[in-house]
Amino acid sequence: MKDPKVLTEKVVDVPLRNIHKHDVVIIGTGLAGLWAAIKCKSAGLDTACMTKLSMPQRSHSTAAQGGIAASLGSLEEDYWEWHMFDTVKGSDFLADQDAAEILTRDAITIVREYEHMGAPFSRTPDGLIAQRKFGGHVKDFGRGGPVLRACYAADRTGHVLLHTLWQKALELGVRFYTEMFAISLISDGPKCAGVVTWDTKNGGLHAFKAKATLIATGGYGRAWKITATSYSYTADGQYMALRAGVPLEDMEFFQFHPTGLFDRGILMTEGCRGEGGYLINDLGERFMKNYAPEKMELAPRDIVSRAITSEIEAGRGINGGPYIYLDIRHLGAEIINTRLPQIREISIKFAGVDPIHEPIPIVPTAHYSMGGIPTDVDGRVLFDGKSQIFSGLYAAGECACVSVHGANRLGCNSTLDASVFGRRCGLTIVKDFANLEHLPLEEDSAKMAKEEIEFIWNQKGSIRPEEIRNELQTGMQNYVAVFREEKGLLKMISIIEDMHKKMKEMLISDKSLAYNTTLMEAMELRHLIAAAEAVTYGALNRTESRGAQARRDYPKRDDENWLKHTLYFRDESGFRFDYKDVRLTRFVPEERKY
Amino acid sequence: MGNLYKLTIFRYDPDSNKTSTSKYEVEVTESHWTLLDVFKYIKNNLDDTLTFRYSCGQGICGSCAVTVNGKSILACETQMKFLDSFDLVIEPLRGFPVIRDLVVDHSLLDEKVRRVMPWLVCKKDPESDKERFQSVDDRAKLDGLYECIICGSCVAACPTFWKNKTFLGPQALLYACRFMLDSRDEGKNERFEILADKDGIYGCHTIFNCMEVCPKELNPGKAILELRKMFMNEEF
Repeated sequence: MKDPKVLTEKVVDVPLRNIHKHDVVIIGTGLAGLWAAIKCKSAGLDTACMTKLSMPQRSHSTAAQGGIAASLGSLEEDYWEWHMFDTVKGSDFLADQDAAEILTRDAITIVREYEHMGAPFSRTPDGLIAQRKFGGHVKDFGRGGPVLRACYAADRTGHVLLHTLWQKALELGVRFYTEMFAISLISDGPKCAGVVTWDTKNGGLHAFKAKATLIATGGYGRAWKITATSYSYTADGQYMALRAGVPLEDMEFFQFHPTGLFDRGILMTEGCRGEGGYLINDLGERFMKNYAPEKMELAPRDIVSRAITSEIEAGRGINGGPYIYLDIRHLGAEIINTRLPQIREISIKFAGVDPIHEPIPIVPTAHYSMGGIPTDVDGRVLFDGKSQIFSGLYAAGECACVSVHGANRLGCNSTLDASVFGRRCGLTIVKDFANLEHLPLEEDSAKMAKEEIEFIWNQKGSIRPEEIRNELQTGMQNYVAVFREEKGLLKMISIIEDMHKKMKEMLISDKSLAYNTTLMEAMELRHLIAAAEAVTYGALNRTESRGAQARRDYPKRDDENWLKHTLYFRDESGFRFDYKDVRLTRFVPEERKY
Repeated sequence: MGNLYKLTIFRYDPDSNKTSTSKYEVEVTESHWTLLDVFKYIKNNLDDTLTFRYSCGQGICGSCAVTVNGKSILACETQMKFLDSFDLVIEPLRGFPVIRDLVVDHSLLDEKVRRVMPWLVCKKDPESDKERFQSVDDRAKLDGLYECIICGSCVAACPTFWKNKTFLGPQALLYACRFMLDSRDEGKNERFEILADKDGIYGCHTIFNCMEVCPKELNPGKAILELRKMFMNEEF
């Protein structure tokens, strides 16, 4: 299967050796990709799913810990309307309310479908799916106390959901391609014919022809230094979409999770606080009383992240250092061992701290991409970001922006978003299928992918990719993190411009075809830089504070000018912004208080 | 001043089909550095052709299992200070086909687990508007089984698997047990057809290396005994 000619100097003249043809090709095997695969395959479509990792189970969805939100109402009174209100309010009113309604209505069906497929949820003494409290999820349209809404399997919820979907996909006979790195879409204007990929194991390019192509590649947390996300989270899908002419929506909204293990940033689930954990500063006080007196530790993530950062900046980090404590000792060994076993395992392995006996040192950590590829509520990619459908192209999960999270996502709404819109996207493809066709592959279908490989392969410089990656991650951590201001953002822009130059002077000495991770990582770095650029320009452009975008120089939310989504277009000549209105249906924007 | 580690790493270049070893010396000054941090240090500073696999960096995805001084471990969650030697011999997972250097072919794991019908068998669709009842005790039977991250450590440590490549191996059998003990499952008879032979539950020689190396502290050996017990008692 080797195709060494792909890498010769005259790379453009080489035809694609390996051409695959399927009805549906899904890029990414996390929750969104697998749900879509299951729905497409169940409807009889020839469905292929690819991942750049060695197995579908390696996808980052597996790292989700706390749960999946659904107003089952089986343990106590709860309604999807309450869940929808919390989601919209949590989003700082930037979520599209028609999409938030679908999210919260379908949540109930989704959780039951998971159980029917065999997901081993934790159970109540009555044998029902267990539910716990989570930040921002409350009763009675924001007026009541915390509600039991997060369905969970100990603190391994993502793991069990992902494995359950993989099991179902296997039973149905979905075709999997592993270690297949998608590089570029095959498209002509707003029409998608498939995708070109790099075969990681053997080297060489493959083309996948498909009537429907779904991008479900996740986020880009690796643009920051302290992050809870996998090394594989490198904006691959977003970059492919940008190059095909699609804008990215609301990229300035990137969520920092309040509690990442110091100093790597590995996630300590919000379930810790949902079960009753406290946040404590150097004075030993539960400082959340000064920031969100009613909701305390269960306030939404943007608020808690800012509170922690403010405490650290005021010198009230532990021993004056850059972290504070998450204390769950008072929960007792039994609750910790049954409901938070993985948290204990990670604390011991990575920080040498046993949370049964000691508080856990934590710091806000880069976590979730609220923005991404714009889609309609059915998962169809919007070529202009507004209404023009990109025929044959779909997106779902963290790489997409539908938008249900607006400026800030509530805990347990990400596993839900990926599931609900992955499933919905699969159903949309089935519905659209009769009107889709295989488009012919042109001679130069793989041109963009070849350019991407060549760009890295033929470098003759002296700068190691790691040096550039370090600059990117440090810069983003310093200037585009929990708090932002003009000066820092401009500084980051100059760093990015410098990185673009350095990318052309990289040193890649590994010239092997097989499993060339140096080549892969350099490509991923290029994707990350493109995403970071969108985030930084977006943050500079949006002169207000809303959700995860906290501008020190513009501390107020400005609905008059900014109750709208950002669309960031980029091509070789530069970038431009466009905007679209937020879709308001049930709830009128109001000041957000907790 | 940090600790000086001497690493001897197995190399395989598929382009030339040659095996060799490389030696590296790395001074570790950061007390929390893991083996993965050391691999990355080597790749970024000493030799960018050294190839290894990793993804989550937090002990959850199972990508980065390798053999260190004879024992399979996850590189990303093993801190250097907890290794019992400064001289480290590092090889790919044993018994697996090697793709390059420390990267092995994980499709072998996939192949094995596919054979045991790793899904909940359900003869009749459950009522769509509610979940099925499962008691806390029945759910507890799955603890120690459902957490498997399919990293391959147990398979690589299994002498029976080294000898007999058609043996299902500890990972697939543990995965099978997860379904056999699920109170909601109705596929026990069918699955026993697959499991109850010398390549299945009777292939295991109860050596229990699998339990020694599992990074999630699971016990595939015990799961296999559990399955044998079920077969003896015809509890299916």
